[in-house]
Amino acid sequence: MNALQVLRPHTRGELTATPETVGKRPHVTIRGLSKRFGSTTIYDRFDLDIPRGELVSVFGPNGCGKSTLINMIAGLIPPDAGQILFDGRRLEEIKFGYVFQNYREALFPWLRAFDNIAYPLKMMHVDSAERRKRTEKLVAHLGVKIDLNLYPYQMSGGQQQLVSIMRALVVQPEILFLDEPFSALDYEMTLFMREQLQRIFLETGTTTVLVSHDLEEAVFLADRVLLLSRHPALVADFPLIAAARPRTDATLSDAEFVRIKAHCLEVFQREVRRA
Amino acid sequence: MTAERLKPLLPAVGVAGLFVLWSVVTWQQWVDPVLLPSPIETAKALWSGLDGGAMGFDFVKTVYRTAASTAIAAVIGIPVGIALGASENVYRSLEFVIDFFRSTPASAMFPLFLVLFGVGDETKISVAAFGAALVIVFNVAYGVMNARKTRLLAAKVMGASRLRVLFDVMLLESLPQTFVGLRNGVSLALVIIVVAEMFIGSQDGLGHSVFEAQQLFDMPRMYAAIFAAGALGYGLNLLFILAERRFVHWSGK
Repeated sequence: MNALQVLRPHTRGELTATPETVGKRPHVTIRGLSKRFGSTTIYDRFDLDIPRGELVSVFGPNGCGKSTLINMIAGLIPPDAGQILFDGRRLEEIKFGYVFQNYREALFPWLRAFDNIAYPLKMMHVDSAERRKRTEKLVAHLGVKIDLNLYPYQMSGGQQQLVSIMRALVVQPEILFLDEPFSALDYEMTLFMREQLQRIFLETGTTTVLVSHDLEEAVFLADRVLLLSRHPALVADFPLIAAARPRTDATLSDAEFVRIKAHCLEVFQREVRRA
Repeated sequence: MTAERLKPLLPAVGVAGLFVLWSVVTWQQWVDPVLLPSPIETAKALWSGLDGGAMGFDFVKTVYRTAASTAIAAVIGIPVGIALGASENVYRSLEFVIDFFRSTPASAMFPLFLVLFGVGDETKISVAAFGAALVIVFNVAYGVMNARKTRLLAAKVMGASRLRVLFDVMLLESLPQTFVGLRNGVSLALVIIVVAEMFIGSQDGLGHSVFEAQQLFDMPRMYAAIFAAGALGYGLNLLFILAERRFVHWSGK
């Protein structure tokens, strides 16, 4: 666990130095994953490698099991069969962060934003002075300008989700999961939050898995887009998004970006029609 | 602008209207003045009763009994409600029994409690506590059971143990519903206490005061005692609302 934290700067260096991160040692290996809900088979002997230090977006038709996938990886839903390993270790042996779509229900309204962020450290039995120190360090590191003495219900939706993300990051996770984190926000806030997330990713280099229902968002944020087929889900495509970071509004109209987005859309529509 | 500023005064309109209507009715003698004294007479009776009179003592007695029964009900009801709400199986096993006794009018239990505790304060307080506790148990259990799923999952993902989830999330999640239970509980306790003071060989309390005034045909005093009981009920409810706002600041947000 500790060795990894020491390693992180290197993986981050790798990422920025060589954008073509193909052939890098995978961080998460999923083998033979199966899951049924009632008579519906969502996953049937599903295999996937998630590369280290990359931001992977998961996109696919409705009900194909995007959220189910990250919920199984993050241990929120037990798979029926299969194995998910993080550098060969089980979920219980690693530190990870999870950001829910519904920030309103995921944060603790009885705690101030600061204590919400520090809560996971309490679960790790970190003493209160150290909790304060680490939380303050994270806040300073991310340059977040929110009054963290407020309670969540006193904040805007975007601010609350930012608090959720910081709560997930405070343990210095090896991997960060986000389940449609911005879909409950208005468009203006969504754009702002995309930028925040990209900045956080560039700062920390944490392997990130993001479920999105917005193709532009999925492509804009990702190093790779995991395009899933209808259930039982298969990897329809897993293209690399090579656009340089930090990506800006200009990236959206960049020829290569437009091409890869069109490609993703084509794959998506092919999968939707397959029904 | 001025209309906006006057808005907080709107509740006073209803109160003023009631007094005007009451004054007109008594002034025009539409109702036998023996049955309905004027507001001024009633106010005088209330004032003289509370200011060193017997009604002040009765008021304090009723407050004491209601507070004692609510306190007992809370001490028993909250932990039982948590235990019930925390385990689906325990809840399902006991749901019927508790719901049955909650549906039983607490006043029907008077004879039983009279046999157990005699005619003193213990009977009144314990019947009221019995009724209030069942209301509190149900609300607390309901609050614990209906803790937001996402919040429980969030705690779990952050590595909280089952016990941690119970104390850090479920308990706090159930607080708004616990206060609903306490408010309903204290209202029910007051109802039971006042009834008990009327009929269970009582020498004091607001219930006794209302009943005695009616027996003596002292109508101003009867109305005064009714108003005192009403004010007490309203005040207790308000007290819990203020406490909730103070301690459950996130409620309804």
